[in-house]
Amino acid sequence: MVNLLWAGMLISAIVVAGINGNIGLVTQIIFDSAEKAVGIAFSLISIMTFWLGIMKVIEKSGFINFVIFFLKPLAHWLFPGVPRNHKAMNAMLMNMSANLLGMGNAATPFGLKAMDELQKLNPRSDTATDDMCTFLAVNTASLTLIPTTVIAIRTATGAQNPTDIIGTTIVATFCSTMTAILCDRLYRKYNRWKNRSTNL
Amino acid sequence: MYDIVNNITLWVVPGLILFALLYASYRRVKVFDTFIEGAREGFGMSVRLIPFLVGMIVAIGLFRESGAMQVLSNLLIPILNIIGIPADLLPLAIMRPVSGSSALAITTEIMNTFGPDSLVGRTAATMQGSTDTTLFVLTVYFGAVGIKKTRHALNVGLMADAVGIIAAVLVCQMVFG
Repeated sequence: MVNLLWAGMLISAIVVAGINGNIGLVTQIIFDSAEKAVGIAFSLISIMTFWLGIMKVIEKSGFINFVIFFLKPLAHWLFPGVPRNHKAMNAMLMNMSANLLGMGNAATPFGLKAMDELQKLNPRSDTATDDMCTFLAVNTASLTLIPTTVIAIRTATGAQNPTDIIGTTIVATFCSTMTAILCDRLYRKYNRWKNRSTNL
Repeated sequence: MYDIVNNITLWVVPGLILFALLYASYRRVKVFDTFIEGAREGFGMSVRLIPFLVGMIVAIGLFRESGAMQVLSNLLIPILNIIGIPADLLPLAIMRPVSGSSALAITTEIMNTFGPDSLVGRTAATMQGSTDTTLFVLTVYFGAVGIKKTRHALNVGLMADAVGIIAAVLVCQMVFG
């Protein structure tokens, strides 16, 4: 699916550029975008290094137990394949807490750390596990309580009350998160059913 | 209300670091040594992402700049009109799952054009805040550990985005319409 999407985007882009007479721009756009991508990776280094350091402190001191207290029952239900006190669980809980509070740039390092730990539980290293898919489902739906960036833009563009979209945002993000969790559960059930019928 | 939320937002990150360090010191954890131990992993993890990011960001950049995105949104307008998504919000609805920075740019542009307190402006803000950049999250998270077979993750993410976008339109119509 990712392969199809990627090829589809590139092929249609080059064809459209050709038809519109913009074919000369294609090479330039490719180089500019590639440079931007490496720039993003490099700016991640600083954030990742700092937050993974802080996370270690939070983990080792036991402070994590305060942070994750409320989310834990939910997390065990969401990720049945991850052992209770596994490092993957801690990192996922930190990631979800950071997302809830609108700390986007702190959520990513915790999320990547979680993937790293989930990968250690994975028997087939090139294929996503059920728990990885669930984790990504929760992340792409982004359950947020305080949409910080949007509030900033609304302030910048002169809104009378920049925070009045918090309510609608919470409702919408709740709908998308529920959809993600539900779809993911259905896929899990479907895959188990399919595996069982092929084994018979 | 705005001041309270704004203050909470400003305090979240420094507050977390403050309490984490206070608690760790109280528990006699060697804070700096522990910090270094964790921080060491940051570099490798970021560098491992480069191929995945280059692949995706080039594809997205080319798709947008070449005009292919415009063609796609023209094709989709009739379908989205049936669901009830206003045409002004269409570029945002398409771009939101694909590219975070472009979506943010479109949202800002919508607020500047229609005003942040218009229905379109508020709906755009809700849309922007309620979903994440699915493609980016998938690329980065799976890329970091070298997963190639992503199974149902993309479908689930896009489905959630679609529901989030439609929910944003409906809720804003009810609340602000």
